[in-house]
Amino acid sequence: MSETLVSIWTDANTQWVLIGTLLLGLASGLVGSFALLKKQSLIGDAMAHAALPGICIAFLIHGAKSMSWFIIGAALSGLLATFFIEKMIKLSRIKEDTSIGLVLSVFFGFGIVLLTYINHQSKGNQSGIDDFIFGQAASLVGADVKLISAVAVLLIIITVVLFKELKLLTFDPQFAQGIGLPTGLLNGLLMTLIVGVVVIGLQAVGVILMSAMLITPAIAARYWTERLDHMVIIAGAIGAFSGVFGTLLSTTTKGMPTGPLIIVAATIIFLISMVFAPKRGLLVKAIRRSRLRRQVAREQVLQTLYDFTEQEYLQYKTGNGFHEQQIMKKRPISMSMLRKVLRSLEKEELVRRTGDALWCLTEKGLTEAYHITLRNRLMEVYLMNEMNYAHFNIRQDMDLLQLPEKVLTELKQLLKQYGREPLVLPANMNAGKRPYHRYASIGGK
Amino acid sequence: MNPVTVENVTVAYHSKPVLQEVSFSVPEGKLIGIIGPNGAGKSTLIKAVLGLVPRASGDVYIYGKPYKQQRKLVGYVPQRGSVDWDFPTNALDVVLMGRYGHIGWFKRPSKKDVEFAMSCLEKVGMKEYANRQISQLSGGQQQRVFLARALAQDATVYFMDEPFVGVDAATEKAIISLLNELKAQGKTVLVVHHDLQTVKEYFDWVLLLNMRKIAIGPTEETFTLENLQKTYGGRLTFLHQQHAIVNQQ
Repeated sequence: MSETLVSIWTDANTQWVLIGTLLLGLASGLVGSFALLKKQSLIGDAMAHAALPGICIAFLIHGAKSMSWFIIGAALSGLLATFFIEKMIKLSRIKEDTSIGLVLSVFFGFGIVLLTYINHQSKGNQSGIDDFIFGQAASLVGADVKLISAVAVLLIIITVVLFKELKLLTFDPQFAQGIGLPTGLLNGLLMTLIVGVVVIGLQAVGVILMSAMLITPAIAARYWTERLDHMVIIAGAIGAFSGVFGTLLSTTTKGMPTGPLIIVAATIIFLISMVFAPKRGLLVKAIRRSRLRRQVAREQVLQTLYDFTEQEYLQYKTGNGFHEQQIMKKRPISMSMLRKVLRSLEKEELVRRTGDALWCLTEKGLTEAYHITLRNRLMEVYLMNEMNYAHFNIRQDMDLLQLPEKVLTELKQLLKQYGREPLVLPANMNAGKRPYHRYASIGGK
Repeated sequence: MNPVTVENVTVAYHSKPVLQEVSFSVPEGKLIGIIGPNGAGKSTLIKAVLGLVPRASGDVYIYGKPYKQQRKLVGYVPQRGSVDWDFPTNALDVVLMGRYGHIGWFKRPSKKDVEFAMSCLEKVGMKEYANRQISQLSGGQQQRVFLARALAQDATVYFMDEPFVGVDAATEKAIISLLNELKAQGKTVLVVHHDLQTVKEYFDWVLLLNMRKIAIGPTEETFTLENLQKTYGGRLTFLHQQHAIVNQQ
């Protein structure tokens, strides 16, 4: 193994192959980002599959293996397939997904027929044309790689230079057309870029997996950023890394096709991205969701206890705390969640246990619950009178207590009118109120 | 010279006519509501003017010249639902797109463009959201970003496609004050609108449309029961409501 590794670094051809797959990966990441965002992932798949008959026909006409002929053949039959897909959508009731599925399988089937025919011919066996199915980077020779690299560099340059235009075309084609961008031409260009990447990737990655090469780095990159320029760079890097990784592994392991290894590498990066990405990742989302659920439950429990306290206060009585079942009847919360919340509230000294499954707010808890209740009820009256406060630009997620003093007073006035004012005040705000026995500082025993 | 002149414009989708022989011109410095029932071709009219849908026949002039020569004079606010808001970009970046027509090919936006885009965001009250990812904005905020982008086009004639749909009260007020500001600067604004209740309050002029032009003119003279009946013909229960609206105002 170590010997083979050494030979890879010293062998000129392998070095070229590595550079080729690196550039190929980079170009697919760049172009793939736009294809993905333009929701044309499947078009890439159709083109790749449809390239097979083109390659075979090129071989039959030329009579020998030639990279430039293959590229021409693949590009032509790929474009022909796209043409059929678009015509089918335009002229019939067939939808895009169906027409892509149809054209893709017909072209691929035809390609396999041709491939089998070539293999049955005498010289067919040595043609290496089988490599186009799953890709075999090792079978590339210097001249092929140079051609692939040159095309890849060209595609990369076009994408970078036209970044701004392609961005607008992808985000808002109508607006782009409105300001005078030739959207038809740009669309055609993007399609050509996709064809270009697919075609130069066919020998290394293979017709079946080439679309994954286009899409996987881009979708993985999408998880890490909210900026298109960053996404394109990250996608390019992931593509380049997967290309190099797959090539290295397939040249060191005998008979291993390159395409699947490249895709496995890209897919692993994608899975890692999907789970661990800092903002959009599943893990962060799950944590955020459970935290939010806890927080909502906490506020609901405090609010409910406050409502009960308020009722008690209005009825001039002081009971022995409130039962867990009572809380659950009022709020949709599971027993386990309720217990969890109550325990953590107890730790915060916001509630205290007054008996078996009986709880009440502590004075500290009363203050907290009072503010939660006030906020919620202010939001209620605000929503009832939204039009009058439109200029304050209030959002649902805003803390209403942070509003300017004048508006807050006005809203509190409304609260009083509607009889929704929270009645049990925290000790430090309770000057001159009717005594209430539960809290010493409000009334005292 | 009239900012917008439309002559005999006909548009057809799949040989089904959507707009037939529509001709009108609008005066400078007015807020013009384009009113009509669903499927009347209101959005199509705007798109036909901007060359976004092919015209089967007819011509469009902006200040007396074909639209193609006058692009820089025209600002456009598409319907909010026409784009994917999960696109990886932020509010400022979307507003900067309004500058693209001025920046030209290949070049990146300059510092001046960024400053200008920021001032446009400020005008719609969205300055603090400049770096916010666009999917994290509310519907109303997204609409305001689109408005800011149109402002960044620094145009003299604006076309807006249903800017009031699905926005909160704050955004509605922000849009209205912005429209009035544009008018005060002598700019002409055409707005596709379908809330009949607010027509009299918002617009100086109305264009009533239902595949054909029904009427165009100052709101008091044109927004009449008779014209509305012609526009919405046959929808009786609806007409009843319109009657109430017209009388009430």
